[in-house]
Amino acid sequence: MHDYLLSLLIWLPIAAGIVVLLLGERNIVAGRWISLIATLATLALCVPLWLDFNTHTAAYQFVEKAAWIPRFHAYYALGVDGISMPLIVLTALMTIPVVIAAWSVIKARPAQYYASFLIMEGLMIGVFAATDALLFYFFWEAMLIPMFLIIGIWGGPRRVYATIKFFLYTFLGSVFMLAALIYMYVKCGSYSIAAFQALPLTLAEQRWIFAAFLIAFAVKVPMWPVHTWLPDAHVEAPTGGSVILAAIMLKMGGYGFLRFALPIAPDACRHLYFLIVVLSLIAVIYIGFVALVQQDMKKLIAYSSIAHMGFVTLGIFLVYAILMNTGTTHGAAMGMDGAMVQMVSHGLISGALFLCVGVLYDRMHTRQIADYGGVINTMPVFAGFMVLFALANTGLPGTSGFVGEFLVILASFRANFWYSALAALTLILAASYTLWLVKRVVFGPVGNDRVAKLTDLNGREFVILGALAAVVLLVGIWPAPLLKVMGPSIQHLVHQAVANKIPA
Amino acid sequence: MSESMMTLHSLGPAVPEIYLAGAICLVLLFEAFVGVKRPGATGTLALLVLAVGAGLTVAFADVTHRVVLFDGAYVADPLAFVLKLAGFLSVAVALLYSRAYLRNREILKGEYYVLALTALLGIFVLISANSLLTVYLGVELLALSVYSMVAFDRESGVAAEAAMKYFVLGALASGILLYGMSIVYGLTGTLNLDRIAAAVSAPDSLGVVLAVTFIVVAVAFKLGAVPFHMWLPDVYEGAPTSVTLFIGTAPKIAYFALVLRLLAHGLAGASVDWTRMLMPIAVLSLVVGNVVAIAQTNIKRMLAYSTISHVGFIVLGFVAGTASGYAAALYYTLVYVLVSLGSFGVVLLASRKGFEADQLSDYKGLYRRDPLLALAMAMLMFSFAGVPPFVGFWAKLRIIQVLWESSHLWLVIIAVIMSVVGAFYYLRVVKLMYFDDAPQTLPPTERSVGVRFALGINAAAVLVLGVLPAPLLDLCARVIH
Repeated sequence: MHDYLLSLLIWLPIAAGIVVLLLGERNIVAGRWISLIATLATLALCVPLWLDFNTHTAAYQFVEKAAWIPRFHAYYALGVDGISMPLIVLTALMTIPVVIAAWSVIKARPAQYYASFLIMEGLMIGVFAATDALLFYFFWEAMLIPMFLIIGIWGGPRRVYATIKFFLYTFLGSVFMLAALIYMYVKCGSYSIAAFQALPLTLAEQRWIFAAFLIAFAVKVPMWPVHTWLPDAHVEAPTGGSVILAAIMLKMGGYGFLRFALPIAPDACRHLYFLIVVLSLIAVIYIGFVALVQQDMKKLIAYSSIAHMGFVTLGIFLVYAILMNTGTTHGAAMGMDGAMVQMVSHGLISGALFLCVGVLYDRMHTRQIADYGGVINTMPVFAGFMVLFALANTGLPGTSGFVGEFLVILASFRANFWYSALAALTLILAASYTLWLVKRVVFGPVGNDRVAKLTDLNGREFVILGALAAVVLLVGIWPAPLLKVMGPSIQHLVHQAVANKIPA
Repeated sequence: MSESMMTLHSLGPAVPEIYLAGAICLVLLFEAFVGVKRPGATGTLALLVLAVGAGLTVAFADVTHRVVLFDGAYVADPLAFVLKLAGFLSVAVALLYSRAYLRNREILKGEYYVLALTALLGIFVLISANSLLTVYLGVELLALSVYSMVAFDRESGVAAEAAMKYFVLGALASGILLYGMSIVYGLTGTLNLDRIAAAVSAPDSLGVVLAVTFIVVAVAFKLGAVPFHMWLPDVYEGAPTSVTLFIGTAPKIAYFALVLRLLAHGLAGASVDWTRMLMPIAVLSLVVGNVVAIAQTNIKRMLAYSTISHVGFIVLGFVAGTASGYAAALYYTLVYVLVSLGSFGVVLLASRKGFEADQLSDYKGLYRRDPLLALAMAMLMFSFAGVPPFVGFWAKLRIIQVLWESSHLWLVIIAVIMSVVGAFYYLRVVKLMYFDDAPQTLPPTERSVGVRFALGINAAAVLVLGVLPAPLLDLCARVIH
């Protein structure tokens, strides 16, 4: 089974999605159960993926390779290492709450809703599993179509504006990456990512390629100043769309930097790392302030996502700052570890927070903070979860949010005191905007009559929030298995990232 | 005796044209005696003629190497074989989609099919042209048939205006083409493209530059490339939609062949000149086509400007000036024809008696009225935009690849930026169909099962060729050396 485990992970949800689509809206009861079973089965397939993963090597595992376009040396090539494997598990995990959360909430065209998310899941896993650049790009772009439809069909009042903005921003970023990938193919005659990583490139070439990657991945992360699509997309997207956007799609930007930008254009990265560090710090601090003044819960969490993703890009590019400052790469792995843990953790926490907002929205049909107040009085169990996820968002020790931020700040000390001082501001800012949100929504006296009539979580909502809370705590208390899985791949990446690829 | 047998046998590669010329006479007679009593019968016969023609082409014209016939005026090679099959297929699909539309407008007449078949014969002559005379014969046979098709709806003033415009400008372009050809003849003393190719070697001589200029202008006109594109939106908009579908598809195959035979083969020695001239034409087509398409409210006009932008991409393949570039242009052309057939097919199916679905707003909420039609259109639009997993993505990828191979950094950048601009108006169609609510007043779409099935296969092909692009990519690279 290991020979085609990754293919199963990709095509099982896609096949299930097509089945649900064909069953149509009339057989939606069957469609729902098929969706749930398919997502659970996908997660179940991740169990052997995790257990049989060899944590002592940085090489690709569960490798598959079949001819795709022989004339242009493009292969259907799959494989995972310590960087992509946790993200695949995260994808499989986070699609389940999306399906459950939609159960009785999505009334318009539910079959298409489930089908979109199932197809999306397969494509996202494909992005992380592809070891051929063309296949990667194929999945990367194809993913835009279901998301475009999800926001456009099931979104809020300004959904059309938001979804077209989302599509065009990401499309613009991606086509430059495509141009860079084809350029490298023309140079080395292969689309294998490993071949790209081994390809010697002059500094000028690397700068161009890095610029192309930066446009593609910065939009996806998103980094300041190309983040403006995200608040719009999040606010207008249905709950499930926000969860997948925040939990998985943003991670693809970070993954892209780790898989493409650093190993393929290391010298350009070394020359331009300061730019990324500055943009990351702006995201962390400036966007943190922006989050503080938001009136809309989803928008606040969206801005908080941008700030948290700033930590990811900071952690990734610290390797060059550390190299510059200390002359060694000692401690650089810690920054990348932090970035990876932060990606996983942010996927869980932001997803959970969007689900919390969804729970409230389903009952009150408003996301304005001012319309709430004292939710704890009528929804005590929900309030407990919301407070937990909010604290995790601020980086409370014992939750997954702490591990990533702590590792990144620790690593940044080795690079530059000011980096860490500025990055640490997030601890205050995140605490301010998140806790203030909680204070205004959850605590205090009952805000109005509608809040007074709220009912607490039903079983379905309890299960998904409870499961996510358990994972958030598990990663926070015992991150060692995750770090162990990533270890060799991160070490290998650090070597690649500081290598000199300029031909002599 | 044996010699004449040999001659007959050696005519094998020309069977498509010979057969088609005979079949056209047959269809004309059939229309005169049977078709007038039973409208629609001629259409069925025409489809049969095309099917048999495709079969005969496979049986006789599937040559493995280059064969030159008729004293060097005619060439049959694997490329011609592939293009002719594509011609049969796309004309058959176009006629199939058009039927209900023609009936609803009471222009379901046998002459329509005769003209379509003579246009196809013109296409074939162009595809197999190996002499300036044959080229011109093909160009005019195709163009004259198409002019009449545009004017086919006698009652429509707009169509007459479009046909007039097309005819006048087309005649001008033909004149320019002839003038360029005459200079080539004057320089080389031959009409044969092989001998011209051997003779033209000094690219910078004034005569060659002059000849190439005239020929490039004429070719750009035929393709509808900027700045010689002005006829195209008016004709696309003014012609009956079934004719728009026709001129938007099969003739593109012929004009691809025209560029290939005339410039890439005959004037290969002057490729420095014509690639340099084609470059601004390609860039302008990309920019003008994509930007102006955004401002359109009529879907036929929008698709016309989108055609101009796709022509820009096809010309970029020629700008590369390599076999790989021509193969990419061929692939782009075939993909473009496939997707165009589908998208104009949707426009035809959405139109009813007394109602032209030619405004973009007529597609509002199409999803609610006809989910399958909307799904097909969405797939076709994403394919035009170049988003995987649809086949249009590979077409763009191939063009970018050959531009890199010939080190055209700026053309790559313009091409990718313009494909993003283009994505906007394709997305707008999807938005109208899926995100907007339908006004109550729109009539239901055409429900003819056979046509819908064909359209379904058309859209499915766009997906299947997108997921498994290798066979078609391979074919295109193989037939061009």
